[in-house]
Amino acid sequence: MLEVRNLTKRFGGLVAVSDASLDVPEGAIVGLLGPNGAGKTTCFTIIAGFTRADSGSVRLNGQDITGMAPHRICGLGMVRTFQIVQPFAGLTVQENIAVGAYLRHDNRRDAMAEARAIGKRLGMGAMLDRPASSLTIAGRKRLEIARALATGAKLLLLDEVMAGLIPTEVTEIVGIIRQIRDEGHTFLMIEHVMQAVMSLAETAYVLNYGKMIAQGTPRQLVRDPAVVEAYLGHGAAARLQEAEHA
Amino acid sequence: MMRLASYGQVALVVAVLAYLGAVYVMPSQVWMGFTINALAMTIVALSWNVTGGFGGMSSFGHAAMYGTGAYASAVLQVQFGVNAWLAFGAGIMAGALMGGFIGALSFRYGLKGSYFALVTLAFAEVLRICAASFNITGGGRGLQLAIEPGVAALQFNKDRVLTYTLLLAIVALVMALTAWLKYSRFGAYLVAVRENEDAARALGIDTYRVKVTAMAISGAFGGLAGAIYLQLWLFIDSAVVYGVAISVVALIGPIIGGAGTVWGPLVGTLGLHLLGEGAKTALHNAPGLNFVLYAVVLIVALRFLPQGIMGLAARIGAFGRKGGDDA
Amino acid sequence: MSSLILPAVLNGLTMGAVYALIALGLTLIYGVLHIINFAHGSLLMLGLYAAYFLFSYLGIDPYLAIIFVVPAFFVLGYLLQRVVIAPMSAGSEQNVLLVTLALSLVIDNLALFFWTSNTRTVDIPYAWDTVEVLGAYLTKGRVIAFFAALLVAGLMWLFMTRTRTGSAIRAVAIEKRGAEIVGIDVNHTYALTFGIGTACVALAACLLLPTFYATPQVGYTFVLVAFTTVVMGGMGSLPGALVAGLALGVIEALGGLFLGESLGQIGIFVAFILTLLFRPAGLLGRKPT
Repeated sequence: MLEVRNLTKRFGGLVAVSDASLDVPEGAIVGLLGPNGAGKTTCFTIIAGFTRADSGSVRLNGQDITGMAPHRICGLGMVRTFQIVQPFAGLTVQENIAVGAYLRHDNRRDAMAEARAIGKRLGMGAMLDRPASSLTIAGRKRLEIARALATGAKLLLLDEVMAGLIPTEVTEIVGIIRQIRDEGHTFLMIEHVMQAVMSLAETAYVLNYGKMIAQGTPRQLVRDPAVVEAYLGHGAAARLQEAEHA
Repeated sequence: MMRLASYGQVALVVAVLAYLGAVYVMPSQVWMGFTINALAMTIVALSWNVTGGFGGMSSFGHAAMYGTGAYASAVLQVQFGVNAWLAFGAGIMAGALMGGFIGALSFRYGLKGSYFALVTLAFAEVLRICAASFNITGGGRGLQLAIEPGVAALQFNKDRVLTYTLLLAIVALVMALTAWLKYSRFGAYLVAVRENEDAARALGIDTYRVKVTAMAISGAFGGLAGAIYLQLWLFIDSAVVYGVAISVVALIGPIIGGAGTVWGPLVGTLGLHLLGEGAKTALHNAPGLNFVLYAVVLIVALRFLPQGIMGLAARIGAFGRKGGDDA
Repeated sequence: MSSLILPAVLNGLTMGAVYALIALGLTLIYGVLHIINFAHGSLLMLGLYAAYFLFSYLGIDPYLAIIFVVPAFFVLGYLLQRVVIAPMSAGSEQNVLLVTLALSLVIDNLALFFWTSNTRTVDIPYAWDTVEVLGAYLTKGRVIAFFAALLVAGLMWLFMTRTRTGSAIRAVAIEKRGAEIVGIDVNHTYALTFGIGTACVALAACLLLPTFYATPQVGYTFVLVAFTTVVMGGMGSLPGALVAGLALGVIEALGGLFLGESLGQIGIFVAFILTLLFRPAGLLGRKPT
């Protein structure tokens, strides 16, 4: 569904993303992992059209969308959420979701009805009329997903949707993502927290210093020495192995 | 159309309507003349409200659109002998084009916030200087319409009651358009752009187009206000119609009344004019003091009434129905 | 025509120095507080009147008045920031612009009320003497203003780089939170900066008055020129403001020469719009990435 090929992005002398490629098949939940500052978010912003890559290409359903404006990419069925949640603070929860729904509905009644339905589906029925600014972090994360879903996009890019949540809230979001996937959506999700991805993703990629250093099932990845080193520092894999053998 | 959120807002709106009705029966003509001026300025305030209120793009130069509407209509009538009705329509169009042009240029280069405010001001100044310098716009002397009262030339100055009624109808129409805008997809997009442009882009909104369109709509309202000014006074000059006073009144009214609401611009502009007129009477027509008062009210409103008078009224006896609709 | 160009350029430079001086205060305030002070022109107007009244009631020469007016305006600026602008704008950038706009309306219209719209001038004959420079005759008052502006820009630069207070101001400008942590009183520093900016504009007023005039509307004219200077110079840059001020003086003088007195003013605003659109980081600044 999504094919990313050889993305490279430099900021001044710093190479944020270097020759990164990944694939997201339809109906999958794919993780993009990596320690802080690995270039995950830069990668995301390029895929979603918010930043231009220096080189490389992005294809969505076979169509080249490299360098396309975000609103057009959204219109083609791929939508991103933000790591730092960005609700429209002055609007109610339902109106927030409706902003997304307007992409496929041109009048207020239909968009608001669609927003209500999606809000309820994501367990936000009781909050629909509250101002978005009154939501808790967990509520805002849900709102991000609801808004994205309302655009009718089939592929959702989630940027650290678990960050800042307590374990019970993580469990709820995981349930919601599974449910949406089973309804026919595809996910590419950035996570810093590996556990969250472990329970959701079939495949994951690991970025470090802008390079893809590993790809596989989450179970394979946690045993991959390169990944362990990326997270825990140089020499960590060897030490872990020693510890296991001892 | 006009969804109000509280008994406070209902009371406020009823009071405004009662006043506007009472003007018909007030013994002194002074009230009607004064309210005519206030209504004429309300249209500019409603124009500013589209971009500054709903769109969060605060302009300091709405005189650019106002003056363009007035001059386009005046030049066509005086220099080319065009029919007043056509010229009036052309004034609205010219305002829309000027708004769209300023918007397209500013947003193309990503101007925001204070930079946008200042660039609009600079545009108004450039236009003022041009209008004062070229012969076709009457140079420093301004332009004077030939006086021919009647429907054909759109000149109703002799009949105050008719003028007042027409202005009421126009303000009501612009407010209805504003309400329609607010509850349309475009309105939702405009507010989304105001609240968070990045999130809006991510959700499939062409934010550039939304902003430029908003400027064009705002410009049409502004051009309308300018064209009305011309028909009311039959004379314009650059210092007035492209003057900073227009730009200032355009933004103070909505901010005090409640930016991004349908009733706010009317409530604020009317309130300000009442206050200014009261002060003028009390201080024997001292020049400029009404602006001192406006400015003080603006500062106080910014600090203590972030949602303006409509926002304050919304908190008085709010209806049980939850929701962010504040008319 | 070509024989007129050099005198126009030199005259423009002397006027530009005054623009630069006015803009130095504004750009300093922007650079540190990150706010646009719309009342800056109105403060210039107040400065012109202060110097005018000192001259007409007490017979104090405007150049001598500097020692009274500048400290008084420093205090005025300090208090304005502390008592009006900071508390009333509640920390929003848009509100600051609106609060200072309101402030300018109050100052301008009160001036109109108390002092009427009459044009006030001081009669200091020696300021109108001419000096011959490269074949061009320049007004002495303007030449004094030109060198004073260069001197003040230099002193300001020394103050910012060589004194403790200057370092504190630069620290607050770059990293407010960090400065707070190391014990710098940020609100005091903000007000101090606003005071210095206001003192600069008062100095400009004293230098300007001998060859200019005071009316309540004069502030509005200058505030736009000052904004243009600040934006062209790169918001917050002192050397930038100096160069841009001089450049604008020349643009205005040449505009007047080629387009006529009335249309000539347009040059400054066109320069402003073009700068905002194409080089928002200023003529000397790097393009934002």
